[in-house]
Amino acid sequence: MKRAFLWLVPHPFVTLLLAVVWILLQNEVSAGMVVFGIILGIVISRGTSIWWPNTPKSFRLDKMVTYSVMVIWDILVANIQVAWIVLTVPNAKLKPAWIVVPLELRQPEAITVLAGTITLTPGTVSADLSDEGHSLLVHVLHTDDPDAVRDDIVNRYQSRLKEIFV
Amino acid sequence: MSADIIGTYAVAFCLLIGSFFTIVGVIGLLKFNTPMSRLHAPTKVGTVGIGMLLAASMLHSFVIGQTSIHELLIMGFLFVTAPISANFIAKVNIHRGDCETPPSPLQDDTWSTLNTPQEDRKNEAAGQ
Repeated sequence: MKRAFLWLVPHPFVTLLLAVVWILLQNEVSAGMVVFGIILGIVISRGTSIWWPNTPKSFRLDKMVTYSVMVIWDILVANIQVAWIVLTVPNAKLKPAWIVVPLELRQPEAITVLAGTITLTPGTVSADLSDEGHSLLVHVLHTDDPDAVRDDIVNRYQSRLKEIFV
Repeated sequence: MSADIIGTYAVAFCLLIGSFFTIVGVIGLLKFNTPMSRLHAPTKVGTVGIGMLLAASMLHSFVIGQTSIHELLIMGFLFVTAPISANFIAKVNIHRGDCETPPSPLQDDTWSTLNTPQEDRKNEAAGQ
């Protein structure tokens, strides 16, 4: 029974996400649309599972929600800081820097979320991954202390992501 | 009636903030002088700029009584796809050498963009 369920729904969260996206696209909740969304979720996640063989073993949805709220707050704060930099700091005084973030995350999904978070937060862009995936290259727009930015990323985002993707 | 007025003011407020961050992003894009710095400007437009404009659209749909939550989807898709394009532009900059050479990684040999196969490196050296 469990094996049949796992064969049918290889990525339960993807199935759930696709169903929710389908219902949102309809702009109204009705039983028929919910059923059709779940059917779509099962068919699409089953059909694409060959290209995504390793399911993340565990995923803490509750911690992901608090993480998202924190990231949205950080985006708002960083936006105001970067807007201030754009409007007041002249090009000659701009101190851009490369920083190298040591990665403790091993799962590709977790690294993707971390890189996406860094890019979405204005002022930092994740640029590249090292060839064996042990460090992440991040470009900072303006900073006096690159080490502090690196520690901030490690302590604020990476430690939380380690708890989400156990 | 007063709820309508408050709603309209809220929509106008969101539009103002959204357009402010959009124009700051455009100013940044024009002002900065290196490709990597320029990349930072659109990330601002892509998050709070678009986010507030979409919030205004959503609020307006509530005010006129046609509830619409499509904007949440637009926001979700943007937040998922925007980092990918930024990452690709950054990779192109590194690959073409349009920016300062990044410091070498801690444990590994090199960055994956710079990691060209051995025979390609010989060809490049021979070509130059």
